[in-house]
Order: sequence, then C-alpha cells, then structure tokens
Amino acid sequence: MTTLVEQEQRAPAPPVPAATASGPARALRWLGGHWTLVLAVAVVVLVIAWALVPGAFASHDPIAVDPAGKLAPPSGEHWFGTDQLGRDLYSRVVHGARASLSGAAIAVAVGVVVGALLGAVAGWFGGFLDSAIGRGIDVLLSIPGFLFAITIVVLLGFGVVQAAVAVGLTLTATFARLVRSEVLKARTSTYVEAATTSGASTFDILRRHVLPNSIASTFALITVQFGIAIIWIASLSFLGLGAQPPDPEWGRLVSDGRNYIATRGWLTLWPGLTVVVVVLATNHISHHLARRDQS
Amino acid sequence: MTAVLTVEGLTVGYRTQQGLAPVVHDVSFEVEPGQVLALVGESGSGKTTTGHAVLGLLPSNGQVLGGRIRFRDQVLTELGPKGWRDVRGRAVSLIPQDPGVSLDPVRRVGHQVEDVLRLHTDLDARARRERVHELFDLVGFTDVERHYAQYPGELSGGMRQRVLIASAIAVEPDLIIADEPTSGLDATVQKQVLDLIDDLRARSGTSVVLVTHDLGVAADRSDRIGVMQHGRLVEQGPTSQVIADPQHEYTRRLLDSVPSRLAFARERVEVPESRETVVEVTDLRKTYGGVAAVDGTSFTVRRGETFSLVGESGSGKSTTARVLTGLTQATSGRVQLFGEDVTHLGRRGFRALRKDVQIVYQNPYASFDPRFDVYQVVDEPLRSLQTGPRARGRRQPHRDQVVAALEAAALPADFVDRHPRELSGGQRQRVAIARALVIEPKVVVLDEPISALDVSVAAQILELLRRLQAERDLTYVFISHDLAVVRAISDRVAVMRHGRIVEQGPVEQVFTAPRTEYTVQLLDAIAGRDLTVGVP
Repeated sequence: MTTLVEQEQRAPAPPVPAATASGPARALRWLGGHWTLVLAVAVVVLVIAWALVPGAFASHDPIAVDPAGKLAPPSGEHWFGTDQLGRDLYSRVVHGARASLSGAAIAVAVGVVVGALLGAVAGWFGGFLDSAIGRGIDVLLSIPGFLFAITIVVLLGFGVVQAAVAVGLTLTATFARLVRSEVLKARTSTYVEAATTSGASTFDILRRHVLPNSIASTFALITVQFGIAIIWIASLSFLGLGAQPPDPEWGRLVSDGRNYIATRGWLTLWPGLTVVVVVLATNHISHHLARRDQS
Repeated sequence: MTAVLTVEGLTVGYRTQQGLAPVVHDVSFEVEPGQVLALVGESGSGKTTTGHAVLGLLPSNGQVLGGRIRFRDQVLTELGPKGWRDVRGRAVSLIPQDPGVSLDPVRRVGHQVEDVLRLHTDLDARARRERVHELFDLVGFTDVERHYAQYPGELSGGMRQRVLIASAIAVEPDLIIADEPTSGLDATVQKQVLDLIDDLRARSGTSVVLVTHDLGVAADRSDRIGVMQHGRLVEQGPTSQVIADPQHEYTRRLLDSVPSRLAFARERVEVPESRETVVEVTDLRKTYGGVAAVDGTSFTVRRGETFSLVGESGSGKSTTARVLTGLTQATSGRVQLFGEDVTHLGRRGFRALRKDVQIVYQNPYASFDPRFDVYQVVDEPLRSLQTGPRARGRRQPHRDQVVAALEAAALPADFVDRHPRELSGGQRQRVAIARALVIEPKVVVLDEPISALDVSVAAQILELLRRLQAERDLTYVFISHDLAVVRAISDRVAVMRHGRIVEQGPVEQVFTAPRTEYTVQLLDAIAGRDLTVGVP
C-alpha cells in the first residue's frame, strides 16, 4: 500500500538569516571581525602618509646636524633619539619612508609590468613563445634573487632608483609565472569560448575577459612582493648600494647605526622595527586578499 | 521478517554561519533483508545526507538532531567513533558518488580493496590477495592480475566504479548504501554497473539503499521507492505502486518530468522535405594529434528541425558541435552553413556567421564571465556584433533587447541586474538561452543543455526550447548522451560511436526499428522504460 507520509507542501524552513542590520552597523561588525586587517591597513596608510608629507609628522630637519646633542637616547624632544651627528632619528625614519616606499613601488611596478606582459604573451599565444619565455623565467628563478639584484645595481650604478629597478627585474619571474597561468586558465575557459561564439573580437576578449579575470589574483602577489621589495631595497641600501648619504632610508639608517649597536641600540632598533612592522602589515593584507580570491 | 535497517524520525542539520539549518526532517523508513530501497529526489532534497547519516559520514558541520537509526539490533546513532569504524565497511558499506575522486590516485587499486579486508578480517596477505582477485572476477574484470596492479588513472570511469563496488562488497556487508553509483557514467556502462549490483544482491541477499536522482533507475532497480523533497520523505511505497499510482503531488510532477513521458514528445510535426538545408556536413574529419575525434561524418539539417547527435563520452559529438560553431577547424571534409562553405574559415572569418549560429553549453555558469552580471552576459553578443558606432554615454544601451530576451526565456525582467551566482541552475540555463537568442540566430547548437539539471527543471527547459523553436522557426543541433531526452525533442537523430555515425534517421525509426547492434545496446540501456507504461 502506498502511504502518504507527508501531506503538507511546506517549504523547508530556511536558515534564519542574521538580522539584516543597516549599512553602517554591518560595516562596523565587519571591521570588528577584521581588526588585524584594519590595523595592517592603518600602518600602511600611515607610512604612505609619511612618504607623501613627512613634514606633517616630523618637525625636525632630517639632515640638520647638531653635534652638541649627538647620540642622545629617546626623549620627549627626540622620540627615537639622535644619531652620531645629532640628527633626529624619528625625523629620519619618517623622511626615509619616501625613499623606501617609492623604491618598493618602482620595483613592484617594474615587476608587474614586465612580468605581466611576458606572462600574458606566453599564456595567450602558447607554442614557441610560451616555451621561450618559460625557459627564460626558469633561468631567472635559478639565480638567487638578491645576488641577481646586486649584479644589476653594480651594472646600473648606485642609487634608490637603480636598486628599485634591479629588485623589480628579479620580481619579474614570479609575476610572469602567475599571470601566465591565470591567462591560460581564462583562455581555455568556457566563458571565453562563449565570448568567441558571441562574436567578440580577440581584442575584446583580452580586454573584457582575460585581463580582468587574470588581474584579481595578482593583487595578492603585488602586496606580498611590495613587502619583499621593501626588505630588499633596505638591504641594498644597507650594503651601500641604494640610497646615498645624507638622504635617509630605512636600510641605510640601520647600517649607520650598526657601529653603535652595543651602546646605542635604538639607532638600529627603530628603523629596523619600522621595516618589520610595515612588511608584516603588507603580508597580512596580501594574505587577506589571497584568501578572498580563493573563496 | 526483521528489518536490516530502521530509520525513525531522522532529523539532520548543518551548522552554517547563520545558525543551524535543518536539511532532513523527520525521515522514517525500513529496509528488509535483500530489499532495494531507492531514495529519489532532486538536488537539495536531502537524499544524500540521509544516506551519509546512516553511515555516520556526515560532514564535520553536520549533526543528527533527532531520531534513531537502527541496524539490526544496534542503534547506530548512539555509536562512538570506534563503534562506527567497526560497523562501516564490515556491516554497512558505501558505493560513493564519484569514482573519479573516491580512489587514491597514487596507490594500486588492488591494495585499496585489500584495505577493507585488512581492517575487518584476519586473512593473511596471500589470502587477501586471492580474495581481491575473486572480487575483481565477481565485478566482471577479465584480467584480474593486471587490474590488481593498476592505478586508478589507468582505469575508465566504469572500471573505477567496479573497483569501488568490489571494496564495498569485500567483507559481504548486510547493507550497501549506493550514493548515485552511476551518475556521470555512460548509459551502457550504467546498465552494466546496475546489473552488477542487482546480481550481487541476488547472490548474497544484501540490502541496498540506492540514492538516485533518476526515477528511471529507481523504477528499474528497486523494490520500494521513497520520494524526498525539501528534506522530507513525502511518499514511500512499493515501486510498482508509486509509479503506477503516485499519491503525492510532487511524485506526480517528478514522474511527468521524465523525458520519455513528456507530453510534447508525442506531438512533433515532421518538418517537410521541401524546407531548405541549413547545415550540411560532408565526410567531416577532425584529428587531435593523430587521433581522430570525428572520423568521416556526414549529415544535413533542414530549417526548423531538431537534429540530435547522440553518443557516449568520446564519441565525437561535442567535437562536431565545436566545428559547427567555428571554434575549431575541420581536418578534412566540408561544412556548409546556409549554403556557404565554412570549412576553412578561421575564427576571424567565422565571425560574420556568429549572428546566425549560437551555442548553449552544458554548464551555463562556467560559460559566464564570473565578473559579469546578467545584463553583461546577455548583452555580449549584441555588443560584439553590432554594426556602426557604439552607443556611448548610456550605461546599458541594449537594455530593452536584453530584457526581451530574458522574457522570451521565461525569466522576470528584473533579473537583468542580478548576478548569475544568485540564480539556480535552471535559471542560469535560461540566461544562457537568452544570450544565445538575443541576436535572433537561425541555428542553435545545444551541447548537453539539460544534463546538469534536475529532472523537473530539465523538463521545463525542454519545454522552453520547444516553444522557442516553434515561435522563431529555429533549427536545433542537439547534442546529448541521453536517449530518452533525444527521443522527446528530436525530429531526426544520428547515433555516434568512435567518431562515426553508426546510424541516422527519423527519431521514430531509430527508436522502434534500430538497424545496428550498437543502437540496440544503447536503447537497451535506457533506464526506466517501465515509466512509460500507463501513459495515455
């Protein structure tokens, strides 16, 4: 006998959605749940502001020498203390942001533009071009990056911009590989095929489908590479290959303070900590972007 | 007779961010020794969750909220992890849904089957090996020694499913949960696998819970049917009675959606010979790396008719579709569209024809740019193929045409601003149809347009396609592996195998008087022919 188990045609009780709060309240809750991200963004915004308008954050002249007040410990007047020439260290860190950040920005820009171009060409055309570019990337990746950067700086001459270009070229390989795989993924996807059957021209397909869909995942890489670029540029400056005295730069500041590390530890501590905090912040942002990209 | 499995008032929920969402409500059923109970339902009906609850295999956020599951005299719902391990595999086993991902790709299949024996028996290594050979023999492998040492990647889908069946029956459990054991397999393979399960059941008296979306399979293979909807068991009873005299409105609707029972299947008007030929394919060959995907096919399609290419996976039907839509070039042979030779037009040269030839894919969501909303998706052909200067300044210059296309595809106009991600599978396929029709093409290639959809949704899409064809005098080239669907919608059909057309002709002739062995086999493998009994 066929039994009728359930007569009523009730729709399933949908999960009760969390009370749809108004816009600002929701935003506030989101911020509360992502406070580490908010902190990281705040750090990055702050150092960018340092780079743009250092005068607003530090009243001392970063290169004004004051022999009487040299090597003073941190105080109300000199927050981070003074260096061996009596220059205000806090002011030098703030002003140093410009060289460090612009260097990192140039490096990443070079890396993205050159890398994305190579990667896109390799991924879109395939065949011989793909093989040629792919092997080139393999060679680049097989050379220790920092060593490669030093070699390029030696060829180009010393300076922040030269150091940035050198670092940028070493970053190229990573970007090229990512963009190549993303372009390849998009190119072989059904939606690109559908666009073809819809009559879209190759140019339109690249512009409207392949590039936008490939770029999203590069953002995460850009932020993480930005952090790496800051470290490398600071490292090159530390070795004396980047920013030249008397211009302040974070790696340079660490290098200058090195001679006094036993007795005047703050001279290396503050600029070093600044680099660490900024890099951690960019890494955290990158981590968030990567996770969002996956979901 | 005492039941092997008794489920009483089973309620299962999933924890989500919004709280606890119940997905199975108060489900009760019994399975007696040697009986097959089919749990039938559409996606989201809770049938798989029910099956997994019986095995204690709910995902980590799933939870049995109420009710009892009794296996013989053991209450499964009260077992701890250790108790479960003892029951699973030995007393109750699973034939999983997807043979592609259910085997460890880096271990030999023989060893994987042996795992069950190692866990639940005290056979020594030699005896285990012999037992696996026996099992492989039982599931129909001819060269058991060789298959024992193979890796999953070397086996076809049907063979992998046999391996999984071998491990499910290795220690002769009393109950097997078969979770969609044949979805994704070709019809003839599906038949073999189901025959095998039937055979094993008859031999050893094992009970089976068959979880399936396919009413045809359920009708052919079960003693009792339980129909699930929205997590509730809305009807259950002996299979023949449920099929012949469904009590619940949902069961009736499901039955009416089965392709072979669709009303329009029986009212096709033949397209007169006199209408012009729009597609003409002569001796088409397409090879990939020396292997012929399509190997000398010829057919013609007349204006206004539905021509179906039917075949199993790898038969070359999708490659034919790609050639017809200019996505790939023929290696040799000739393709004519509207009397024009298009064989050697490249992608660029084919662009002029795109206005008249459109395609609808199996998986609509994959065919939409993930960044696009519905307007942008449907607008794409208009935007790409419009002549003259682009309308600037207006945000959605073709809004009217897009809305009209959506409405033709039976979607509300306000869908235009939504994102495909918010839509159901059926709605997405309607959007894909709207995109194909927005520039008013003459020929539409439908590449498995309903295989990814639930039965009742698929029936609606078929009905929509049929109506659009009548209204717009469309010509369809319909690609499918499902003969029941092909029979419902086509005028003429070509059966493909290994890149060749083995038989073609009017649909009635091919289905009632097949001329080749292979067609007979295919027809034989259609599940649920009993369903047509009693249709007026």
